[in-house]
Amino acid sequence: MDIFLQQLINGLTLGSVYAVVALGYTMVYGIIQLINFAHGEVVMVGAMVALTVIGALAASGSMPPFLILTAGVLCAVPVCMILGYLLERVAYRPLRGAPRLAPLITAIGVSIILQHVALLIFSRNPRSFPQIVANPVFDIGGASISAVQIAIMLISLAMMAALTFVVYRTRLGMAMRATSENPAVAGLMGIDINRVITFTFVLGAALGAMAGVMVGTYYGIAHYKMGALLGMKAFSAAVLGGIGNLGGAMLGGLLLGVVEALGTGYIGDATDLCNVEWLSTALAERCADQGHMILFGSNYQDVFAFVVLIIVLVFRPSGLLGERVGDRA
Amino acid sequence: MNVAAWRSAPVVRGIGMAAITLALAVLPFILASQGTAWVRITNLAILFALLSLGLNIVVGFAGLLDLGYVAFYGVGAYTWALLASPHFGLHLPFWIILPTGALLACLFGLMLGAPTLKLRGDYLAIVTLGFGEIVRIFLNNLSQPVNLTNGPQGVTLIDPMRIGGFSLAGSHQLFGFEFSGPIKYYYLLLLVLLAVIVVNLRLQDSRIGRAWMAIREDETAAKAMGIDTRNVKLLAFAMGASFGGIAGGLFSSIQTFISPESFVLEQSVMVLAMVVLGGMGNVWGVVAGALLLSFVPEVLRYTVEPLQKSLLGQVVVAPEVIRMLLFGLALVLMMRFRPAGLFPSQVRRRELESAGPA
Repeated sequence: MDIFLQQLINGLTLGSVYAVVALGYTMVYGIIQLINFAHGEVVMVGAMVALTVIGALAASGSMPPFLILTAGVLCAVPVCMILGYLLERVAYRPLRGAPRLAPLITAIGVSIILQHVALLIFSRNPRSFPQIVANPVFDIGGASISAVQIAIMLISLAMMAALTFVVYRTRLGMAMRATSENPAVAGLMGIDINRVITFTFVLGAALGAMAGVMVGTYYGIAHYKMGALLGMKAFSAAVLGGIGNLGGAMLGGLLLGVVEALGTGYIGDATDLCNVEWLSTALAERCADQGHMILFGSNYQDVFAFVVLIIVLVFRPSGLLGERVGDRA
Repeated sequence: MNVAAWRSAPVVRGIGMAAITLALAVLPFILASQGTAWVRITNLAILFALLSLGLNIVVGFAGLLDLGYVAFYGVGAYTWALLASPHFGLHLPFWIILPTGALLACLFGLMLGAPTLKLRGDYLAIVTLGFGEIVRIFLNNLSQPVNLTNGPQGVTLIDPMRIGGFSLAGSHQLFGFEFSGPIKYYYLLLLVLLAVIVVNLRLQDSRIGRAWMAIREDETAAKAMGIDTRNVKLLAFAMGASFGGIAGGLFSSIQTFISPESFVLEQSVMVLAMVVLGGMGNVWGVVAGALLLSFVPEVLRYTVEPLQKSLLGQVVVAPEVIRMLLFGLALVLMMRFRPAGLFPSQVRRRELESAGPA
C-alpha cells in the first residue's frame, strides 16, 4: 500500500472537514473580530443531533438508509442554526463594543455550558454513529479510499463553492463584506448590520452542523467533548490561512489536514533511532531486541497542527493569505 | 477625623493587621474541625491564587492573552515530581527543585514568548493555546522510548516538602496542638502567597510594571516612548511562567501524585477565568477571584448532592456537571454585567467606561 497516497487521501478528507469548520470561525471573525470559541461546540451539537435522529430512525427500520441520513442532516442543520442565532442574540450581541477580552470569555463560558448540557443529555461515554449506509472501499494507485471519504470531500467542496458564491455574488454577501470592511459606514449605507451579523452566525452554524455530521460518520463516533479539539484545530486552520479570509480558511484547513496525516504517517519512521546510522551501533542491542526505537510515534498526531501553526505565524504573523493587520489589533 | 484618616492611623492599621494575621493563623484549625478535606480545599485555593497572580502578570499587567498558562504549571509540577520521587530514584531537597522548576518554567516562557513577540491579540491567544496542548501531549507521551514522564499514568509517591529534617507530611504535636500535614502546608502556602502578593504589588508600581501597562494600553505608543517592548514582553512571559512553575512544584509536593490530566486546557481556562472574574490587573481582585472560584464549586459539591437527594430522592445531575454549568453561566453573566471583574483595577475601570463601539 502506498503510504504517501493513503495519508494524502486521509489528510484531504479530514482537511476538508477542518476547512468547513474553519469557515465558521473565519466568517464571524471577519465581521466582528470575535473568536467564537463556542463554534466547536456547535459542531458537536450537530453531530449529536444527527446521531440521535439517525439512531432512532434506523431502529424503527422502515425507511431507506439514504433517507435516514438526509433526515439526520435536515434535523442537525436547523438545530445548529437556531443555536447559532441564540448564541449571537443572547451572548454576543449585548457585548458588542465591549473590550475584546469580554466576548472571548463569554465564548469560553458558552462552550463550557454547551459541553455540559450535552454531557447531561448524551452521557459521558462516546456514542457510536450507526453505520446504516454501505461504505465500499475503492482502490486507487495502491491506496484505498472509502465512499464516505469521497462524499466528505465532495460535500465540503460543494459547500465551500456555495459559500463563496453567497459571499461574492449575492446582495447579502456584499452586505457581509461591507460590514466586515467597516460596520459603521456599512450601517450608514443602509445595511442592517444586526441582520448581517446574525446571518453570518447562522450560516457558520449551518456549516458547523454539516461538519459535525461528516466527522461523526467518518470516525463513527460522537462525544460531548469532540468539539473542543476539532474546534481548536479548525481555528488553527483559520489562523494559519489568515483569519477573516475565506480562501485562507479553506487553504489552511486542507493544509492542516494533510500535514497532520503525513506527519502521523511518517514521524514514526523518521524518528526511529535504529534508522540513524551513527546511533544504530550504540543502540544495537535494543534495536535487535525490539526492531525499532521510535522517538516520536503517531501518538503525537495532535501536535502537528499546533507546531505548523506556530512556525507559520513566526514567519507570517498574519497567516498565509492574511492581510497585514493594523497596529491596534 | 474622617473615616479614611482614621483607617490609616498606625495604631488602627496595626490592630487590623494583627486581627487578620490571627484569623489566618487560626483558620486551618476551624476548617479542620469540619473535616481535613476543607483544609486541602483551602490549600488548592491558595495554589490557584498563586497561579492567577502569575497569569495576571501576563494577561492583567501586560495585556498578552495567554490560553496555555497551565503548561508552566505542568513544567514546575513535573520538575518536582521527577527530581523527588522513586521514578528516577532522585530525592533532591526543595531548595534545589523549586528554583529549578521556576527556572525551567521561565525557559519555557521564553520559548513561548520569543517566537510570538510579533503576534497580537487573537493570534497570540491561539498560539499560547496550542503551546499548552503541545506541552500536555508531550507529558502524556514521553514514556516512550525512554520513560521520562511515565505517560498517562503519571508520577506517584512524590516526596512531600521537607525543610531540613522536618517533613510537611504527617502530623506533628506542637504546643499541645496537633498539626496535620495539610495544616502545615497551609502555613507554607500562605507565606508563599503573601510573598507573591508583595512581589506583585511592588512589580505593579515599578518601572517594569508601568512599562507593561503602557504596552497593554498601546504598544506602538509605548515603543515610541522608548520602552524596549521586546524585552519587556519577554520579561512578562518569563516572570508569569516562573510563578506558574513554583506553584506547580508546590502542587506536586502536596498531591504526591500528578498526571497529565491535571494540566489540560480547562485548567488554563479556569485560571484565566479567575483572573478575569476578580478583575484583571488588580492584585487583590485576582486573589479574591481565585478564592471565590475555588470555594464556590466545593460548597456546591457539598450542598447540591444532599439537596437533590432530599428533593428528588436521588442524584439526578452530578455535582461536577452543575458546577461546570454554573461556572460557564457565571462567566457569561459576569461579562454581561461586570466586564471589568468584581474588583476592577482603577485603570481598567476607566478604560472600560470610556470604551465606545469598535
